[in-house]
Amino acid sequence: MTGGIIALLIIAAILIILALWAVGIFNSLVRLRNEIQNSWAQIDVQLKRRTDLIPNLVETVKGYASHERETLERVIQARNMAVGATNLEERMAGENMLTGALKSLFAVSEAYPDLKANQNFLALQEELTSTENKVAFARQFFNDRVLQYNNQRETFPANIVAGMFNFERKPFFEVIEPEQREAPKVTF
Amino acid sequence: MWEQIRANQRKSFWLIVLMGLILLSIGYFAAEAFQPGAGPVGLLIGLIVLLVQLAVYAVAGESVLMAGMGARELTRDESPRLFNIVEEMQLASGLTFMPKIYIVDSDSPNAFAVGRKPETSAVAVTRGLMYRLNRDELQGVIAHEIAHLKNMDTKFMTLAGVMLGSIIILSDMAMRMFFYGGRGRRRSDSRGGDGGGQAQIIFLVVAVLLIVLGPILARVLYFAMSRVREYLADASAAVYTRYPEGLASALLQIAGSGTPMGEVNRAVAPMFIVNPLAADGGSDSMFSTHPPLFDRVQVLRGMGGASFLDYNKSYGAVKKRESIIGTHTLHESKAQAIRQASNEPPLETRAESKAVVHRLFGYTDIHCQCGATLKVPSTYNEATVRCIRCGVANDVPATGATANAPGYDGDTALNLELKPEPVFMDHTRSALNTWESFPCQCGNILQLSPMFSAPMIQCRKCGTQVRVH
Repeated sequence: MTGGIIALLIIAAILIILALWAVGIFNSLVRLRNEIQNSWAQIDVQLKRRTDLIPNLVETVKGYASHERETLERVIQARNMAVGATNLEERMAGENMLTGALKSLFAVSEAYPDLKANQNFLALQEELTSTENKVAFARQFFNDRVLQYNNQRETFPANIVAGMFNFERKPFFEVIEPEQREAPKVTF
Repeated sequence: MWEQIRANQRKSFWLIVLMGLILLSIGYFAAEAFQPGAGPVGLLIGLIVLLVQLAVYAVAGESVLMAGMGARELTRDESPRLFNIVEEMQLASGLTFMPKIYIVDSDSPNAFAVGRKPETSAVAVTRGLMYRLNRDELQGVIAHEIAHLKNMDTKFMTLAGVMLGSIIILSDMAMRMFFYGGRGRRRSDSRGGDGGGQAQIIFLVVAVLLIVLGPILARVLYFAMSRVREYLADASAAVYTRYPEGLASALLQIAGSGTPMGEVNRAVAPMFIVNPLAADGGSDSMFSTHPPLFDRVQVLRGMGGASFLDYNKSYGAVKKRESIIGTHTLHESKAQAIRQASNEPPLETRAESKAVVHRLFGYTDIHCQCGATLKVPSTYNEATVRCIRCGVANDVPATGATANAPGYDGDTALNLELKPEPVFMDHTRSALNTWESFPCQCGNILQLSPMFSAPMIQCRKCGTQVRVH
């Protein structure tokens, strides 16, 4: 009789420990997932900010370097592509193209001393460069968290909890390497 | 990294508990040795000292600390690039709040972070740092400070500082009690001789040992904690920036500047990127807040990549010690390549950085008649200020008028008022190419060198213009 009670108590204790352990894993997965969502929002804020700065930049540059039409058009085209994207892949392609186009615009601007001396241009250049950095740093953090989340999600024993509560695998935010970025073939 | 922070918290918690035990046992044993049976009173005194210190720590917030350091909050307009760098590092670290940014009017390059809570967290840089470091270096420094915030070092080091302060105060009190108030002890001594006397002697020995060794042990604990946290912040900075060389070269520049920081509160010393109290970048002793600077640089420069794994490996090679970073973090760490240098110049020139500080601190410009511009801080209380070039006393306008109005256009009006009618006198040289001394009309002796060839000289004392013929 007492043996049965002890056995029951042991089983109950084991169950409670198991439940607590599962709750711990669950909470840690939720925390990581929220962090990923939050850092994705951060990236989004920066990308949005960049597209907002572009018209201003194009206006400023136009006044000094009007015969760099091609470069300017490429910037505008990339911006419109990023803004008008309907899905994530298109958006990323547009943003990556915009990064490349901006780089060549700033490279071209080196040849225009008057433009380089314009305070407005300098302020915009600083803002855009920094926004570019911020995207990179937010992406760095995002990918670190995604890696951690995916690792945890797939390793035993957390994968049991992850499977039970449907924690999905998260994709990384990849950046196309510069060589690929320059390639004209962008078809979606 | 979360696990790393949690492990840190746990370790710090136990260290603080240990320091608390030292504090209480000093109180207990000292009181017991002084007067048998008074142990609980000693415990109570220890607790009261700790509570008073904690209350001071709770009341004196970061703003008081910053004001004491002579730091001013920077607005975005004053230095958009510094704001951008801090924001970049905030994103890289995943810090959930944006710290305030302060600037300290000091030519010595240094930086520190404070903050027990997100709302009061702040990163401060000195003016000397703003113009000496290029963008990559400044980014490394800011990343290090952000890492202190992210790892909650600011919180624990302040708390540990409070504990250390309490221990020092209590052992000081106990020491004074033994030296000056020896009456109680003598009474217990005279009563001794039986079994209680032996216990009394043991209590006395333990009390003396604790009073002497307790503060030393607490200091060793405190500084050991501080040094480990410096290495961890360096490692985090390298990982956040993906560019260890930025921080390494910044550290060398800070150490090599040779400009001392001046008055620094000891409580904040561990929060600086380089110990502001050690002139030489610090030696490796049990009593330094920071690890030796060249070790830190060597570890950073030895990194083959930009991950915690690389830092740990390089640390092991330089320090011949096993590991500094927790196994869990290492387990999660992924190989990272070091990024390219950005090659961006310093944010400000020296003059620009001064202009920013002068605007923020509400300096008043006074144009002296000799053409020099005197910048008078708003804290200057005298009615006149002597020109450093010509020695003329200039009136200081009432503070507030200029400090509060950024677009104050009274400079010209001020000038007219300030400029007294120049007084002239003539002097004919007795002989050329020799030294010559003559009294000014105010009695001050003026001296002309054999090389003197100017048409005029100004008396340093009264400002009289002396025409020399």
